[in-house]
Amino acid sequence: MLLQVENIHKRYGTAEVLKGVSLNVVAGQSKVIMGPSGTGKSTLLRCINHLTPPDQGRVLVEGVEITSANLNKMREKLAFVFQDFNLFTHLRAVDNVAVGPRKIRGMNKVAARDLAMRELERVGMVERAEAYPAELSGGQQQRVSIARALAMEPKVILFDEPTSALDPELTGEVVAVMKQLASDGMTMLVVSHEIGFARQAADEIIFMDGGHILEQGPPEQLFASPQHERTRQFLSRIGEGGAGA
Amino acid sequence: MIVEILITQMPYLLHGVWVALQLLVCLLALGFVLGLSLAILEVYGHWTLRWFGVLFERIFRGIPAIVLLLLFYYGVADFVDISAFTAAVLALGLRSAAYQSQIFRGSILSISQGQMLAARAMGMSKPMAIREIILPQALRLSIGPWTNEFSSEMKATSLAYVIGVVELTRQARYIISSTQGNILAVFAVVAALYFIFNWLGNWGLYRLERKLAVPGFEQGGQG
Ligand SMILES: Nc1ncnc2c1ncn2[C@@H]1O[C@H](COP(=O)(O)OP(=O)(O)OP(=O)(O)O)[C@@H](O)[C@H]1O
Ligand SMILES: [Mg+2]
Repeated sequence: MLLQVENIHKRYGTAEVLKGVSLNVVAGQSKVIMGPSGTGKSTLLRCINHLTPPDQGRVLVEGVEITSANLNKMREKLAFVFQDFNLFTHLRAVDNVAVGPRKIRGMNKVAARDLAMRELERVGMVERAEAYPAELSGGQQQRVSIARALAMEPKVILFDEPTSALDPELTGEVVAVMKQLASDGMTMLVVSHEIGFARQAADEIIFMDGGHILEQGPPEQLFASPQHERTRQFLSRIGEGGAGA
Repeated sequence: MIVEILITQMPYLLHGVWVALQLLVCLLALGFVLGLSLAILEVYGHWTLRWFGVLFERIFRGIPAIVLLLLFYYGVADFVDISAFTAAVLALGLRSAAYQSQIFRGSILSISQGQMLAARAMGMSKPMAIREIILPQALRLSIGPWTNEFSSEMKATSLAYVIGVVELTRQARYIISSTQGNILAVFAVVAALYFIFNWLGNWGLYRLERKLAVPGFEQGGQG
């Protein structure tokens, strides 16, 4: 098991946002987490890499609990792709990708840059390598941020709604890159309501509601015959299954 | 006659400018190092450090510069033997640190939280994230407000006159008393020297700001 998440609890003040969430991801798998807004999906992803430390529960990467050793070292194995990209605004695209290998992994300048160019190639952004984030479209920025994640050679990439800040016509290019990663065997845990990605690239859909995992299963099964009314309502709202709009 | 005096005395005035420049560089450097450290500690440090920072700022911004100069010179000189120049660097430098820490703190806080999150998520330690990601952005944003601080400190160097630092203003007094010269003419030249000094500094800082500008990152710039 590559990623094990066991019984995560998190509360903010009096509100319990995560009420004991457990999930596992096998190497090479892609899992998609869906669920209504405010259900704790982002909180869960942040608890997994301890950007937000959970109140209770454990996260293991390749069997090693991430707080048991150097947390920064463990985070290198868990890349994170943000909804609003968070590219480093003062660095060119290539340097955004190279900064991790260079500063964190200790690669020399030339090697880090070569690696960065290879990762930019993978996401189709080589031509814009010298551009600053502000000179790129949202879709391009997100592709660079995926390259930045890849350059750390992580075991798992966590995606938090990677396309929801994008104009509809730009989501396609990001989804295409993600599908390619999935088929290359990258292990991914993706919070997203992108039906296309979920249907074609996900091994499993996890439906979260109210701080719990309500149900999970392969996409064809979960979309065709959801077990819970909440799941059905949600899927029809996003235009999938049941009385779909 | 007065022109002759001014020409023969010009080396002294220029020496005064030189001393003022040294004082300015030292006090700004002290203010920069201490002010930046305070800002980082206030934003990222334990609450006790924040509290200390606020107290430091309140004290040094709440006392007139001239009183600080007198306190440091006559106060500290009782315990340690310091020159007037050192006393001036300390008094004005610590005061500048209080102002500079506000500038840097404001710039650091204006950087989007996502920058720190992204850096930490990659596996950067907090100090590395501050050094590699936050400060390069925050310092760029600080150049504009820092130019104001440069100007006011440049003018504040003339206050060191009261504790006997032989900077530009004091040189002017010497010239006036030794030559019975025209007060107005001498001070007009002194004013012009301060003005040029200030103008050059502002011009240099503006050039620096332009040189380091990142597309989409200018303050109120095109984007
Ligand atoms: N730092 C915080 N402090 C207090 N409450 C928070 C914090 N972060 C999240 N919450 C609350 O926790 C709940 C879950 O938030 P979270 O962002 O995880 O939901 P989400 O499922 O990702 O929603 P969305 O689909 O809108 O992104 C929300 O009610 C939110 O208001
Ligand atoms: Mg969210």
